[in-house]
Amino acid sequence: MSDVQRFLDRLAERNAQRGLEPTWIAARRQAGAARFEALGFPNRRVEAWKYTDVRAIATGDFTLARDAEFSPATAATLTLPLEAYRLTFVDGVFAPALSDLDDLPEGVALMPLSAALAENHEAVGGPLGRLTGVEFSPFAALNTAFMEEGAVVRLAPRTVVKKPIILQFLSRAGEQAVMSHPRILIEAGSRSEATVIEHHVGEAEAANFTNLVEEVFLERGAILTHYKLQEAPHQDLHVASIHVEQARDSRYTSFNLNLGGGLVRNDLVTELDGQGAEAHFNGLFYGQGRQHVDNHTLANHNAPRTFSNENYKGILDDRAHGVFNGKVVVKRDSQQIEGFQSNANLLLSDRAHIDAKPELEIYADDVKCSHGTTTGQLDEEAVYALRTRGIDEQTARGLLTLAFAGEVLEQVGLDVVAERVELAVAGKLPERFNLAGLVEAAVALSED
Amino acid sequence: MASQEMEQLVRREYKEGFVTDIESDTVPPGLDESTIAFISHKKGEPEWMLEWRLKAYHQWLKMTPPSWAHLDYPPIDYQAISYYSAPKRDEDRPQSLDEVDPKLLETYEKLGIPLHERAALAGVAVDAVFDSVSVTTTFKEKLHEAGVIFCSISEAIRDYPELVKQYLGSVVPQGDNYFAALNSAVFTDGSFVFVPEGVTCPMELSTYFRINAANTGQFERTLIICESRAQVSYLEGCTAPQRDENQLHAAVVELVALEDASIKYSTVQNWYPGDEDGKGGIYNFVTKRGDCRGDRSHISWTQVETGSAITWKYPSCVLRGRDSIGEFYSVAVTNGRQQADTGTKMIHIGEGTRSTIVSKGISAGRADQSYRGLVKIGPRAKGARNFTQCDSLLIGDQCGAHTFPYQEIGNSTATVEHEATTSKIGEDQLFYCQSRGISEEDAVNMIVNGFCKDVFQELPMEFAVEAEALLNVTLEGAVG
Amino acid sequence: MLEVKDLHVTVEGSEILKGLTLTINAGEVHAIMGPNGAGKSTLSAVIAGKDGYEVTQGTVTFEGQDVLEMEIEERARKGLLLGFQYPVEIPGVKNIYLLKAALNAKREAEGLGEIPAPEFMKLIKEKVAFMKMDTSFLQRAVNEGFSGGEKKRNEILQMLVLQPRLAMLDEIDSGLDIDAMKVVADGVNSLRAEDRAILLVTHYQRLLDYIVPDRVHVLVDGRIVKSGDAELARELEARGYDWVLEETAA
Repeated sequence: MSDVQRFLDRLAERNAQRGLEPTWIAARRQAGAARFEALGFPNRRVEAWKYTDVRAIATGDFTLARDAEFSPATAATLTLPLEAYRLTFVDGVFAPALSDLDDLPEGVALMPLSAALAENHEAVGGPLGRLTGVEFSPFAALNTAFMEEGAVVRLAPRTVVKKPIILQFLSRAGEQAVMSHPRILIEAGSRSEATVIEHHVGEAEAANFTNLVEEVFLERGAILTHYKLQEAPHQDLHVASIHVEQARDSRYTSFNLNLGGGLVRNDLVTELDGQGAEAHFNGLFYGQGRQHVDNHTLANHNAPRTFSNENYKGILDDRAHGVFNGKVVVKRDSQQIEGFQSNANLLLSDRAHIDAKPELEIYADDVKCSHGTTTGQLDEEAVYALRTRGIDEQTARGLLTLAFAGEVLEQVGLDVVAERVELAVAGKLPERFNLAGLVEAAVALSED
Repeated sequence: MASQEMEQLVRREYKEGFVTDIESDTVPPGLDESTIAFISHKKGEPEWMLEWRLKAYHQWLKMTPPSWAHLDYPPIDYQAISYYSAPKRDEDRPQSLDEVDPKLLETYEKLGIPLHERAALAGVAVDAVFDSVSVTTTFKEKLHEAGVIFCSISEAIRDYPELVKQYLGSVVPQGDNYFAALNSAVFTDGSFVFVPEGVTCPMELSTYFRINAANTGQFERTLIICESRAQVSYLEGCTAPQRDENQLHAAVVELVALEDASIKYSTVQNWYPGDEDGKGGIYNFVTKRGDCRGDRSHISWTQVETGSAITWKYPSCVLRGRDSIGEFYSVAVTNGRQQADTGTKMIHIGEGTRSTIVSKGISAGRADQSYRGLVKIGPRAKGARNFTQCDSLLIGDQCGAHTFPYQEIGNSTATVEHEATTSKIGEDQLFYCQSRGISEEDAVNMIVNGFCKDVFQELPMEFAVEAEALLNVTLEGAVG
Repeated sequence: MLEVKDLHVTVEGSEILKGLTLTINAGEVHAIMGPNGAGKSTLSAVIAGKDGYEVTQGTVTFEGQDVLEMEIEERARKGLLLGFQYPVEIPGVKNIYLLKAALNAKREAEGLGEIPAPEFMKLIKEKVAFMKMDTSFLQRAVNEGFSGGEKKRNEILQMLVLQPRLAMLDEIDSGLDIDAMKVVADGVNSLRAEDRAILLVTHYQRLLDYIVPDRVHVLVDGRIVKSGDAELARELEARGYDWVLEETAA
């Protein structure tokens, strides 16, 4: 049986179990399946997948999870210790017991996709798929064919949400690997403000496949800070497409913090459609073992006076493979644009590998665009300065590696997240560096 | 050699020199094995060369033209091209400058091309222009004394078959890419340079010496070999606009540098870019690659690309030898409807290898230009370093400038830095110049030349001066 | 404590120190003064082990051990600490990391265990307060975006935490206004102890009004040409360096 057919068979099985659906969903499901069948899984001859081999996904045999059972004690150790509104999914299935939707402020709608569809499916059908259609990629098509659960976040105009909204995705260890195809829909009304944290985490032995599609609409002046904290187990496979549409004066800030996952591919795209819209892409990826992390970003400057700034850093150890492909596109007549991109990578092992491709595609002349990318060595002057304080060379290098990550984490507004990631990076750094104690001391001091 | 003498040589045209003496003839359009056999026969080639060509042809048949470049042009009908056309007879050419398009002459004037050269460049019958071959003779003698071989590739195949067999296709194999395969099957012209061990070539070598005023260079093949400790500087092309009836150009250039050898290859490309709608311009699909085979060898590419309707060109260095060095300096100007997708590849294989890339792109009118580069650091390339600076300047709001750098790094001791900027000429810079009484056009020229300075200074002196003038001519009408 | 004998040092092919001899005993404060280019900074850089300085002749011993044979960090752990004239900025490395890592490295070398967290916090806060700095500064990256004065205070803070046996301060007063200089001088004076020595390298006498040295040496053209007590510094301030040069030449 072909790889594609195996997935289509799973779809047919699932479809047979489904009750009656609104016709638009059935039609899109069909279009998704047809598109996926026509395209098949991407191979490395396709430019967008030049550096990422998805055979581990294509050849996998994944079923769909039937329940959301998860030990609350384990969940408690995995969950971010933050006062927040929370939706939790276990292998893609909504887990009410692990969610917290109490006291949602006025103007905030937060619910699983299934509930949003039951409440008013037409309100979902409009935006869903508008940004990420089945044409985007074979994975988007596959997601559309399978879509049934996920999260819907709606903010009424001028709603300012103080507590963060956490969308938690737990991956379970089990005999049979499972797949999930979550959909996230965020609609932020004009001048609304919120922080959404997407958190992927799970049991260490888990080896599941998550295929996420996320669409974000920011109305005029809306401000969204969007974290994607990837701490999935090292056998997990993860493909995500995040597509943002920004109206005038809106601001989208992304923190893509990638520590986990065996194979991770992120596509982050923003459409800067209104004057004064800004996008900030911050990214940090740390790979070890045989992790493969591929980050593709794209800022489409479709309107004049739009701004984008990107800063991605990668640290790769062992046999890890990192990919950074950032692109800034300035459309014809989009004048007075500023688009900046910066990517820096550190390789800690001779078998680690990075492929970097920062791209500019510019069709207007009144622009200030630049990109810089470096892969290389720690600052020897700084190593020396630390050694004159009695710090041995290995620790000095470790500190500077941690500092390298720190330049992204500095921008993180949520201390709990920044400290968690910093501790994780310190812990992940090769043992010879031995830094976890230092970071703990700093955390203790700041809590003091 | 004295620069004055050099200048004389460069500035002169000549009649014979390396012109291959063949009976005028043409084949009907189309490409098959018999066309290739005809070319090979016409060139008086040995059997092995024909086999080599046919092998390339068979590979080419199985290939498809590349589609990844950021270029837009109609499919080329390879069966509609004539693959062999003999040089024009003198009686078919203009007999004097009076018969030449005045617009062309005006451009020569602006470029400051000496009077006696203009005729040759415009394709005026050679006999009507020159009457002396003495310069060329001196020049040949000097090279001969030094032991340097500089001749046409056809002559080399006949006279130095062992060298050609050893090196031809060793850097760019027949099946390397679609255009290289086509070139390997049908090439008819090009240069061969061999600099023996320890010899520094006593003068800069230039294709200028070999212009035979015919439609040269449709499928040029150039092979340059520097043995250990040998050095050469090679100049290709010229600043004057070159017209050619053949729309498709697919050249291959191979450079081989052995231990401690150094090759500097400079190009000024100014083929006809087509009319205002881009019609009739040259399609230039070039494969240029240098192999730093020996330790501490050094290959440097410098290019000024202002012509052609379509440019597809990535002069590259394979840095095999320990501590070998690769360089790429490029100025590319596109105006009107021109399209260029150009850049370089630096493949770091050996330990301690270093490369530098400086690319300056200027896009004006309705032109589209892309920098495409690859820096690859292999697992054995300990301590390898690359620095890339890649800047684009946009003039006008209808053009495009794009940057597609690829970095593939598999060594933790490597240092790779890439910087790129895209901007337009600053209003404040223009204003500043204008407030000092400089016209807008001159101000733009000044600023653009400043933008390109890092590359121009890599050009041999006499080329650099012409290149600046050329830039100004190319950008004419881009402002305002 | 520190013994420098006939030290010759070459930087990029030219000889900077040309036979410098100097002895510093525990409990003493020495000041090295001299015109620009005399080789003042070279001396402290060589003792701290900076790259690019070639010792062609002579010895440097610290408590009987050959300093020039030691690794950079080993020198620091043994108590030889250099306060830089231009402290480097280290983006992303928090001050607190540097202080804790350095202190633990020293304690380890002395056979002590890691400092317990509460004890460390207490120590740090005390020293920060002494230097009239805010604790928020501990979370900032080392020297990044610091003013000249903040950088110098940070150097002294490190000394207070690490308690060196020999503190070498290279132009610690440069770029400081009078208030900042007083804070820095208080810090240095608090380091004065029976078992510790301090070596000040300075161009101006001004600093020596606040940190009164036991011995003053005049360094000219790679050699110490004159030594004396604090009075010598005042004389230099009043008369400049020329008279020393003349006296030496005579």
